[in-house]
Amino acid sequence: MIHEVTMPAMGADMTEGTVVKWLKNEGDDVARGDKLAEIETDKTVVEMEAYNAGILRKIVLGDGSKAPVGSLLAYIGDADDALPDTEDAHSEAQIGESVEAEVDLVLEAVEPEPQPEPEPAAPVPVAAPAAPTVEGGRVKSSPLARRLAMEKGYDLAAVPGTGPGGRITRDDVLSFTPAPAFAPSGVAAAAATVSVDGSDIELTTMRQAIARVTVRSKTEAPHYYVTSGVDMTEAMSFRAQLNAELAESGVRVSVNDMIIKALAMAIVKYPKWNTTFHEDRLEGHDSINIGVAIALEAGLIVPALIGVQNMSLVDVANASKDLGARARGEGGSLTQEELTAGTFSTSNLGMFGTDTFAAIIVPPQAGILAVGAVKPTPVVHDEEIVVRQMMNATISADHRVGDGAEAAILLNEVKDNLERPLRLIL
Amino acid sequence: MYRLMLLIRRFEETCGQHYSLGNIRGFLHLYIGQEATGIGAITPLEARDYIVTHYRDHGHALARGLDTNRIMAEMFGKRTGLSKGKGGSMHIFDAAKHFMGGHAIVGAQLPLAAGIALAQQYLETDVVTMVFFGDGATNQGTFHETLNLASVWQLPIIFFMENNLYGMGSAVGRVRLQGADFSDAMGAYDIHTVSVDGMDVVAVREATQAAIDKVRAQRSPIFIEARTFRFVGHSFADPGDQYRERSEVDLWRRRDPLVSYPNRLIEYGLATQSDLDDLAQDVDAEIAAAVDFASNSPEPELSEAFDDVYA
Amino acid sequence: MAEITIREAITLGLAEAIETDESVFIMGEDIGEYGGAYSVTKGFLQKYGDKRIKDTPISEAAFVGAGIGAAAAGLRPVVELMSMSFSLVAFDQIVNMAANLRYMSGGQIKVPMVIRAPTGAGVQLGATHSQSFETWLAEVPGMYCACPSNPYDALGLLRSSIKSDNPVIFAEHSHLYGSRGDVPQDYFDIPLGKAKVTQSGDDLTLVSYGYGVHIMQQAAEQMSQHGVTSEIIDLRSLSPIDYDTLVASVQKTGRVVMLDTARRTGGMMSEIVSEVQERAMDWLDGPVMRVGSKDVPWPYNRVLEQDILPTADDVVEAARQVIKF
Repeated sequence: MIHEVTMPAMGADMTEGTVVKWLKNEGDDVARGDKLAEIETDKTVVEMEAYNAGILRKIVLGDGSKAPVGSLLAYIGDADDALPDTEDAHSEAQIGESVEAEVDLVLEAVEPEPQPEPEPAAPVPVAAPAAPTVEGGRVKSSPLARRLAMEKGYDLAAVPGTGPGGRITRDDVLSFTPAPAFAPSGVAAAAATVSVDGSDIELTTMRQAIARVTVRSKTEAPHYYVTSGVDMTEAMSFRAQLNAELAESGVRVSVNDMIIKALAMAIVKYPKWNTTFHEDRLEGHDSINIGVAIALEAGLIVPALIGVQNMSLVDVANASKDLGARARGEGGSLTQEELTAGTFSTSNLGMFGTDTFAAIIVPPQAGILAVGAVKPTPVVHDEEIVVRQMMNATISADHRVGDGAEAAILLNEVKDNLERPLRLIL
Repeated sequence: MYRLMLLIRRFEETCGQHYSLGNIRGFLHLYIGQEATGIGAITPLEARDYIVTHYRDHGHALARGLDTNRIMAEMFGKRTGLSKGKGGSMHIFDAAKHFMGGHAIVGAQLPLAAGIALAQQYLETDVVTMVFFGDGATNQGTFHETLNLASVWQLPIIFFMENNLYGMGSAVGRVRLQGADFSDAMGAYDIHTVSVDGMDVVAVREATQAAIDKVRAQRSPIFIEARTFRFVGHSFADPGDQYRERSEVDLWRRRDPLVSYPNRLIEYGLATQSDLDDLAQDVDAEIAAAVDFASNSPEPELSEAFDDVYA
Repeated sequence: MAEITIREAITLGLAEAIETDESVFIMGEDIGEYGGAYSVTKGFLQKYGDKRIKDTPISEAAFVGAGIGAAAAGLRPVVELMSMSFSLVAFDQIVNMAANLRYMSGGQIKVPMVIRAPTGAGVQLGATHSQSFETWLAEVPGMYCACPSNPYDALGLLRSSIKSDNPVIFAEHSHLYGSRGDVPQDYFDIPLGKAKVTQSGDDLTLVSYGYGVHIMQQAAEQMSQHGVTSEIIDLRSLSPIDYDTLVASVQKTGRVVMLDTARRTGGMMSEIVSEVQERAMDWLDGPVMRVGSKDVPWPYNRVLEQDILPTADDVVEAARQVIKF
């Protein structure tokens, strides 16, 4: 039985994708669930899993090729099954031409000698996470591997998983040599002679994906930045009161929840920022999905809260708590929509004491709001120098979507929402 | 026999009382009204004979001479009960007395009894096996299957039917075309049939004795139908008045063996009222002692739940 | 040592029991004049007489129940059901009576009885004759369940079953009656509830019983061509289950595939999978896989029936979910 591998639809709105890199070679054995190739969508890079077991008989679309969803990418099957003769079709598809033409040619090729019915189309692909060992931020590993890794003091996220479905297995842990990570070297600076570890760091697939996506964002989307100081004094005391009221219900509203709510409210008012630049138009989105940058050990992910326009502040608090938990692999995994459907994002480095920073837009979103720490700062308030709880906020905006003044207005709205926090619950 | 009759009646009344008090739980099926049948059937049996019965089994157990204390303790679910508290009201056993159980799936005890009779045939003993069942069981497949088996293998068994006219709440006429008449029921199996008035302990005893003698000698099955009536509901949860006319219950109550039999004893000069009063006192003392024994007996250890699963 | 079939091994065990223990007798449908639906008791009636070899009416509830009564009265009946599927007709007797009698009598009554029955699908008998209810019965406390895969085990387990003072369900897979194997002349028996490691290996533990063991052997051979060495465990009894042997193997290999020729859902393998992950979680290097017949009634059509049955390929496919090869 020969099975076709086709360009997966990694999101309802995806129309085409690019084969970044094949992870299997022609002739390789493929098990169901094996990662076949990295597919880049206009939003992210995901790994495509095999839905059938067999031998990767032929790669039809090579690395770097772009093709519409549903296009033939490769064949998987037994060693002695005949491949359909579709050479012409492939070359057509390779240059990203009409899908119809390809289908016609495939049918034509089949005509002379009837072949067994092809298997029904593979089910809509389930969210393939960015890295093989991480599903929704959860490291996929066997209990035995986890026990061994704990005994050896390894960070499982650093161990490449080669088992079925990318699972980290016993053998992976046993054959693993810990590489130096981006972490304090542990070498005391005062030592007479400082030795610096100069060895290379192998990038995980996830880190490679982050590299590709950020480069694409910076090269394709012309970024500019607007920064403003936000007086969070009222917001902080409002939050304290609110949490005291909510204490019994177990809900806690964080600073970040207020920022997400303030941003979503500002976007409701200025919906232009809820669009994606696309050649001759700005494509509107009918839901405000605020991405939340989450730093996992394995790397950054930006899953989104879906439909924030309809969420109360308490809803946001609950939803972001749940999103964060699932991102860390607790209580389920992230959905395909959460991973790919963000429309505008937030990033918060306040917990690291950062004052100000500018973030890189997650393509194809219109912008990202970066906030630093809330700190007591002397400021002029009502003609007097007083100490207020200040926070810097920076919007990185895609100039193709809106000009500087428009981003400044958006940021001001966010600032107003936070400085008059009652707005957040009205 | 009068003492036994009284013992069963008082035992059942006491069980009802302790069910109300919560000392006895689960299902409780009382034998009140049917005493003459059980006593007349069981007392002629020899110690080596076997008895298998249904879930309305306290009366049979007492008639067979099982220890009153240990039956009551089983009712209370205590470890001193005959089944160590793990059987309950519907599952009274005393293997040493060849009392092979109350059985709670209607009709299921019939094949078991046939097997015991088969063993007697195999071992070439003269032992008789008696199996009790009600009119309700006669519509089960096991009833017909077992009659056929006993007939074709000529097993030494007495099928003793306690026809109390109601299978739980269903009058026998509502579930059987021939109604309560079982005189022709054995035609298909060529099994000798005896019908007897189940409210007359002497008649039951005489009919059963004759049947036992015949089975013991001829090694073939006999079917006895005793027409009887329970004065109370099917179980303690059933007042027994929704499916039966008050007048029908009253009619049968007028034939209460606990009234007619002692009257007969006095009439024939076999006992005086004072003799009977002494017996009654004696029975009350036995029941009171049984309740004391059951109440003061320990609960089973939790570990005992895991005993007796396998040999 | 002689090479015999499972049928011959069971015949041998039954004849031996009849000859050495006067309390043993055999009963069932067409086991006498006819010689048994699978010819296990052929010639017995002529040799041992109709007291020891009893043909019964087609009346499963009655003769299974009679077996229980005879056992309760001191005999050791061996009752043959013509098919495990027919156990349904006698289920009340088997479960409520045979298994419960000892317990609800507070240990007063014992039921030393064996219920033998051919089991399994694969010969186009359709939905009512192809089921494997030993997996249902194995769950019932108060009974044991033996499922031999070869003549040696069949004889050893039958000896223990007849000697047991508990009711034993003895499931004989209908595909295996002609299966051959060596059986020693000297007396031996195999305790109920003791599994056997039939093949040692390091990479993967394959668990099954009865006919499933043969499928596992094929699967192990296929995988050995990829360098995967399998340890095969023949459970031999579905009740009790020898978890010690299972867990020891899992601790060695870290990977398990289980095979039930009965339906996959709700079979004993589901239970065993659950227990193994409870006992050996930290030794598992992947999911505990479970292969079984597909969850539909048995079709008559050969192609459909074969598709429902589990195969060595299914086992290999399941194995690929826990180990790459």
